[in-house]
Amino acid sequence: MSSAARPIATTRSAAGMPTGKLAVWWVIASEIVIFGGLLASYIMHRLAHDAWSAQAAHTNTWIGAFNTMVLLTSSLSAVLAHQAAERGDGPKAARLLYATVAGALTFLVVKAFEWSGEIGEGFTITSSTFWSFYYTAAGLHASHVIAGAILMLFVAADARRNLELHRVELIGIYWHFVDIVWIFLFPLLYIAK
Amino acid sequence: MAHAHATHHPINYIRVWFILVLLLIVSVAGPFLGIRWVTLLTAFGIACIKAVMVARNFMHINLEQRYISYVIITVLVFMLLFFAGVSPDVMKKEGSGWVKPSWKAAAAASSAAQGGAAHH
Repeated sequence: MSSAARPIATTRSAAGMPTGKLAVWWVIASEIVIFGGLLASYIMHRLAHDAWSAQAAHTNTWIGAFNTMVLLTSSLSAVLAHQAAERGDGPKAARLLYATVAGALTFLVVKAFEWSGEIGEGFTITSSTFWSFYYTAAGLHASHVIAGAILMLFVAADARRNLELHRVELIGIYWHFVDIVWIFLFPLLYIAK
Repeated sequence: MAHAHATHHPINYIRVWFILVLLLIVSVAGPFLGIRWVTLLTAFGIACIKAVMVARNFMHINLEQRYISYVIITVLVFMLLFFAGVSPDVMKKEGSGWVKPSWKAAAAASSAAQGGAAHH
């Protein structure tokens, strides 16, 4: 692809970095406000209501820990994909991105089984305020996992042909942020009982 | 970023991942001791350490333009301001010149029940 046909996010560097990367950091700053507001609300309600611990006792710590392990491992494959892209090895970067997508799918499948069990036991989004927060926070996070996995498939398809390799880093930055959000959701929803 | 990475010490990503997994194991094991402050430390203290490790070693935030860190710190401070501003309304039942309506109704119901019990 000639430089004239490349998107402006790739070629312009008005703020000391490619505009595409700047955009990703802006997205993350916005996402911090979204997730931060939700989690801050959860924390203040949780501190005000001791009775929530009885509800939180029903979440499965082992499932949460397994999914944390899955996301940490998917972050590893994402950063290794970035490393491969920096070395100009697009096919290897693509394979590692597909491994990251596999991690995302594993996370979602485990979440689906977990939620099915909880809903089957009668813990729905309307059961109590704790469960409202639980499904909203975990659901919002899961929607980011889905979005990240879809975007990663597009980036991997290009990377496989050694095209737009800089995007491997951009999707990686987003993916690591999704990992960090879960790093905080895990103790809030699964450990603090 | 490729040039910036080349000038810095290479990161052993698998070693970072291994440490993150070890920290995860500690955070899961913490509550088994049954000590509240240990649970809080192993859960939320370790979550903060893990988040910083991911941001530095995987997102390479320390290799970005410095203003990126300032933007992230700024939005985190906004979150603290949000918490400080809103939490009294959520966590306190009454304050200077105000009483939470739901708390007032619950207190009235409670005193009525106590009065009823005393009457009988």
